[in-house]
Amino acid sequence: MIWRALGFSLAMVAVLLFPRVAGTYPVKLLEEILIWGMFAMSLDLLMGYAGMVSFGHSAFFGVGGYVAALALTHWGAHAAAGLLLPAVAAAVAALVIGFFSIRVSGVYFIMLTLAFSQMFYAVTFQVAALGAEDGIVGVPRPRLLGVDLNGATAFHVYITAFAGLTALVLWRIVRSPFGHVLRGIHDNEARMQAVGYAVDRYKLLAFVIAGTIAGVAGALYTQFVGSITPEAFLWRTSGEALLMVIIGGTGTLGGALLGAAAFILLQSLVSSYTERWMLLLGVTFIVFVLFAPGGIVGALRGRVGLRA
Amino acid sequence: MSGLLELAGVTRYFGALGAVNGVSLSVGRRERRAIIGPNGAGKTTLFNLITGHLTPSAGRIVFADRPITGLPPHRVARHGIARSFQRNNLFPRLTVRENLRLAAAADGRGSYRLFGAVERLPEPLARAGEVAAAVGLTERLGDEVAHLSYGEQRQLEVGVALATRPQLLMLDEPTAGMSPEETQRMTRLLAALPREVTIVIIEHDMDVVFSLADRITVLHGGEVLADGPPDAVRADPRVYEVYLGTGDGA
Repeated sequence: MIWRALGFSLAMVAVLLFPRVAGTYPVKLLEEILIWGMFAMSLDLLMGYAGMVSFGHSAFFGVGGYVAALALTHWGAHAAAGLLLPAVAAAVAALVIGFFSIRVSGVYFIMLTLAFSQMFYAVTFQVAALGAEDGIVGVPRPRLLGVDLNGATAFHVYITAFAGLTALVLWRIVRSPFGHVLRGIHDNEARMQAVGYAVDRYKLLAFVIAGTIAGVAGALYTQFVGSITPEAFLWRTSGEALLMVIIGGTGTLGGALLGAAAFILLQSLVSSYTERWMLLLGVTFIVFVLFAPGGIVGALRGRVGLRA
Repeated sequence: MSGLLELAGVTRYFGALGAVNGVSLSVGRRERRAIIGPNGAGKTTLFNLITGHLTPSAGRIVFADRPITGLPPHRVARHGIARSFQRNNLFPRLTVRENLRLAAAADGRGSYRLFGAVERLPEPLARAGEVAAAVGLTERLGDEVAHLSYGEQRQLEVGVALATRPQLLMLDEPTAGMSPEETQRMTRLLAALPREVTIVIIEHDMDVVFSLADRITVLHGGEVLADGPPDAVRADPRVYEVYLGTGDGA
């Protein structure tokens, strides 16, 4: 417990100080990793803990991203517009999509969540007010507590703080009574019902929490890039988060962050040599699924002899 | 009629087949009732109808003077009915302690808490310890279910039901698949349960039935064939004909 807290603090300090020792491009990569890591961690709450494999998590990333883009563009650069509104919008979207999706499980849950996210894609791709296929560009960054986040240092601290906060919140949740209920549902949903749990309510709450965090990640992504396109809703966004979680190790949270790092580093390093980086990603994924089903974290635990 | 559990004309059709056909019975508080009958008599279906795993086609089920007909399983459980299953239905990747703790915490208080460690709710943990002692698994509390023997898993199956503090404990063949030694152990364990817990047990092993039951209901073809004290049921020639005489499962 103390070691975990110490490790987490050291990692936070290292991430915060990274711009002192690295150039602009590595810092951007790190920020991208943090944002995708948040998104992947929120998916891991569903997949790894509650056992709900969603293939439509992009819906909330996109809703957060689009609401942030609209609010920051039209209503000014307030923190409420950049974060609070996107979070609320994503939560509402998750409540509605979750209400229908949690009624089914397994493949049907995968298909239903996928269908919902693609509906968002179809709409944003068509609607002129949302910039149609070009999306919304030139999104300003908000001011937070009087600090202009256009500065590189301020923005780095901002992203790091939210990634750290997300990790901390999710870490507490998975160890809470609620988190343990989710694990019970993952292990044997029918028996959870038989002993008296209103399983659907727990699943819906997990879905909304995960969707809200994904929405915040999407809002931060919009501010990071300065734009948002319908691609954010595309199944590929959901698929990439799934790959990150699986490569990192499902049900570990830390794995989702490591998976995001592995994915984005692989993407950026290999794509500078060859355009066929997806091929290498595919091979990496196959190797992990076949030889290290516990992902990076599982492999590390096996080596060091650590236990969960 | 003021029994703890009252069934009136409970019926369930699967297509044209009446798996349970107009079953009426009354189980009193503190009673230990055995339900016996040949395979396919509708015993487990009857359990499923009571616990909400199936919805009756007709009939009424009243528990503690409240109607529970057609309620979903989690709401039936909240009324104070717990059941074990014929096939182990546990949380295989969790420890014995966590299996029992989850069941003990199922009354909802605190289970929606998003923060604060599980250890901060001491009551379900204490209950897990008590139940582990009652089902003889104190030494296995820290072990994952997958590492338990089959007999120990059967004990835990009863324990998970018991941990919810039920008024009525429904056991579906708790000794199924057990060796004679394990069966004896389970019988002693069930006999030692406090009388406050009313028990309805489906069981094929007649030694278990006659050593535990105050009263026996015999199901045959989805209908109640006989209902009475063990001696009366044993002496009933119809029961002897359809069930005891066949050697089935005895």
